[in-house]
Amino acid sequence: MDPPSRFLHSVPTRFDSPDRLRFHHFSFPQLPLPRHDSSSAAASAVSPSSFSYSTAATSPTASPGRVSRGSFSRFSFASSLPGVGMDSMAAATSSSVPASGLTTVSVVNMPPPPGLSEKASGVGVQKSSKPLKEKTTKAERRALQDAQRAASKAEGGKAPLVSSGSVASANVKAAKPAKPSSQENDVAVAAAGPSEKDRKKDAPHPRMQYDDESRVVKAKRRAVVKQTEAKNRVELFRHLPQYEHGTQLPDLETKFSLLDPMYPAVYKVGLQYLSGDISGGNARCIAMLQAFQEVVKDYSTPPEKTLNRDLTAKISSYVSFLIECRPLSVSMGNAIRFVKNRIAQLPITLFESEAKAALQSDIQRFISEKIVAADKAIVRHAVTKIRYGDVLLTYGSPSAVEMVLLQAHELRKKFRVLVVDSLPKLEGQLLLRRLIKRGIDCTYTHINAISYITHEVTKVFLGASSVLSNGTVYSRVGTACVAMVASAFRVPVLVCCEAYKFHEREQLDSICSNELGDPNVISKVHGRGDINYLDGLTNNANLQFLNLMYDATPSDYISMIITDYGMVPPTSVPVIVREYQKEHLLV
Amino acid sequence: MWRRSASFILDKHQNNKPISLTPSIGSPPPLSASVADENLNPNHISAYYQTRAAHHEIVTSDWLEQAQAAVRRYLDQDSPVSGRPFSVIEEFDNWRQQPALAEAVAAIRALAAVIRASEANTMMELEIELKKASDTLKAWDTTSISLTAGCDLFMRYVTRTSALESEDFNSAKSRVLGRAEKFGEISNKIIATLSQDFIFDGCTILVHGFSRVVFEILKTAAQNKKLFRVLCTEGRPDKTGVLLAKELAKLDVPVKLLIDSAVAYCMDEVDMVFVGADGVVESGGVINMMGTYQIAIVAHSMNKPVYVAAESYKFARLYPLDQKDLEPALQPIDFGVSVPPKVEVERSARDYTPQFLTLLFTDLGVLTPSVVSDELIQLYL
Repeated sequence: MDPPSRFLHSVPTRFDSPDRLRFHHFSFPQLPLPRHDSSSAAASAVSPSSFSYSTAATSPTASPGRVSRGSFSRFSFASSLPGVGMDSMAAATSSSVPASGLTTVSVVNMPPPPGLSEKASGVGVQKSSKPLKEKTTKAERRALQDAQRAASKAEGGKAPLVSSGSVASANVKAAKPAKPSSQENDVAVAAAGPSEKDRKKDAPHPRMQYDDESRVVKAKRRAVVKQTEAKNRVELFRHLPQYEHGTQLPDLETKFSLLDPMYPAVYKVGLQYLSGDISGGNARCIAMLQAFQEVVKDYSTPPEKTLNRDLTAKISSYVSFLIECRPLSVSMGNAIRFVKNRIAQLPITLFESEAKAALQSDIQRFISEKIVAADKAIVRHAVTKIRYGDVLLTYGSPSAVEMVLLQAHELRKKFRVLVVDSLPKLEGQLLLRRLIKRGIDCTYTHINAISYITHEVTKVFLGASSVLSNGTVYSRVGTACVAMVASAFRVPVLVCCEAYKFHEREQLDSICSNELGDPNVISKVHGRGDINYLDGLTNNANLQFLNLMYDATPSDYISMIITDYGMVPPTSVPVIVREYQKEHLLV
Repeated sequence: MWRRSASFILDKHQNNKPISLTPSIGSPPPLSASVADENLNPNHISAYYQTRAAHHEIVTSDWLEQAQAAVRRYLDQDSPVSGRPFSVIEEFDNWRQQPALAEAVAAIRALAAVIRASEANTMMELEIELKKASDTLKAWDTTSISLTAGCDLFMRYVTRTSALESEDFNSAKSRVLGRAEKFGEISNKIIATLSQDFIFDGCTILVHGFSRVVFEILKTAAQNKKLFRVLCTEGRPDKTGVLLAKELAKLDVPVKLLIDSAVAYCMDEVDMVFVGADGVVESGGVINMMGTYQIAIVAHSMNKPVYVAAESYKFARLYPLDQKDLEPALQPIDFGVSVPPKVEVERSARDYTPQFLTLLFTDLGVLTPSVVSDELIQLYL
């Protein structure tokens, strides 16, 4: 373990003085990045000292070999950056867990010397991954060449940098097949931060990779919600954030008065996300949009600033706050993109009041057209598929499916429902209550029993958090199991999802992009004290808890997707995404 | 009636029990919502398949009686539907009797007649009239997919283009009329041209059902002096295979007739399967004459390509989940002997082939099944 520790110790010292940093300039050259933006330059002047890289403070289980490259969360896209020297990498490879090959590369748009210092300070262990040549833009390729040229001038101290393949522009989505090997291509993430305006507006932002410790630390400093990282983490999922649950709320409540830039409505929504009061793609999206409507209503342009830019910056900062409370769902991401698009398209000549009114009505229209009306359209299509005597299976508590079932009951169709549920959330019980209140025949079971009951099921209705371009359904964890078992029994699986939740990225597995919930809830079973064997074992080094929130169901198991555009096969999702975006831009 | 659940014994039992147990929800509602259909066809006999049978000159006497009674009854009811002497149903009836004309084309010709006879002065009025006529046609025969799809397509064309401000009413009317008359005119020729590349010398083609499009393809291939032979399934109960064989023999194409059960037996010597379609659905599957799905499964298991020839107006916004998810379209089946008492007969005239199709030859080009949804979305968006 020597090499990594040596390496580790050497890193902090570099942060102390810019001179030393400059010395390492050649070893870790900073690549001039294509997007050069004065405001970002200002932001990038985060001094090295602020970059307190205290590995001790962070989780003890962090792989010591992982010295991450400094990054500026301001900047959005990945670019190829030269990796760290060979030996360190080799050392890192040996010491770190294979799955943590997900190192992040972040591209920072910085003016050379301070930027260099930053970059140099973040000597990251980069696993060499296959460069995706076709994805790098010209600027990044140029940058790569510079790096290599500089690297060849490097003194003997550090071995020549190996360029890590990195993923290109913001156009590339975060989803790469996550092989638990060292060949990860990362998407650099611009972490939470007002960096979103630098991104291409139409590309969804990849999520921050949380195994990059220095960036995590930086993000924490800027964070409003103080969250402590969980100590005992599964290595395969180190790229996803995981925090100690329950630590944030009291802190946040006390800080309310100190949070100047925070708007109360947004704050409230954030708290509701944090506590789990609002959950579900549609609910979260609507709550957020309504908060934004209030923001717009009370907004007034500061002097010397334009409404477009300033409001976008404000929205971005609120979004980063919301991300800290709980990572964005795809529906929220798409809605945010819409809002920013609308702001950007406001003509400069409008008066502020007109602009605000237009924006508010746009947001209202989004909610009423893309969510409410879409749900009605879905219900209309889906009820035609429910026949007399059907036995319908549903999993969890999808809002769209609930509406379908209630409407079918209104139409006096005779059917019965099988609600499948799972720990720890037990969302199915909420659905069950609501259905029973309306008088629908229901059966309730847990997910362990699905192979036992599926033989009598005639159709399966599932909800989705998002449907991706390759037809994969990204939904509550457990959905994939239900879909696969249904497919094995030749039962048709119908997914109800509004079109605004479709996304152009593609995902092949559930690992590369997911959300980790509170691990403590799976260590105990509520109400059953006698079987809580795992109580108190949360901090055991040999035991890691994994509480995944989402999973990805491949398109082969899906029979059809019911959207507001009608009933389509999973292969037609990219078509709808394409048509949708056209409509988006024209609207 | 045997339903899908395996517990059909229980169902039957329940049906025999007094209805008092579940007063609010009684026996299943009538399977198709078409009350008009009920009036016309007490046995749910599909008019579409009757027409086809008529085209193929397979007519049983009791069917004929029923059909005549039905038309008579409908004509009596006709006056409230269209208070004018002109009846779109009559027009449609006239057109579709012609064997050379596809159902959808006949419907559009009927709609063209509506336009000609219309006394409207604005596009809006004309549109409303057309909509009413189209709805009448669709209601008259709910089982015909191409009829519904064709009408929808034409209405979509009219609605989309009626907003053109630049033209006056008369030119708009003549434009729509022109489109209606040209509807479906040359699609068969286009499809035949596109599919010539797929027929190579010395190939053996299996054909099921008498589709005009498929026949056009084979005729063009024969005219292009390609050497191929055709295996025709008999196509019970319509016995369409016999007719197709007769036509192909006239073109000097070597033809062999098989009974429907012999398809698996002959599949190894077949190079490709050609079928037509009554409708192409959103999932990329086709609805065609009974027996198509069977043939597709056998072909797939032996790695033979299945090609479907269909005009683009047959693309319908349906998405069946299984065989029974379609409107039931029944046809009279003649077993040669009388059906024994207490024995039910499966009389569906068509089945749904959800997968195993290799390519679709349409006038939009040679498409893979997943493109159907793409086209539909673009069309109906």
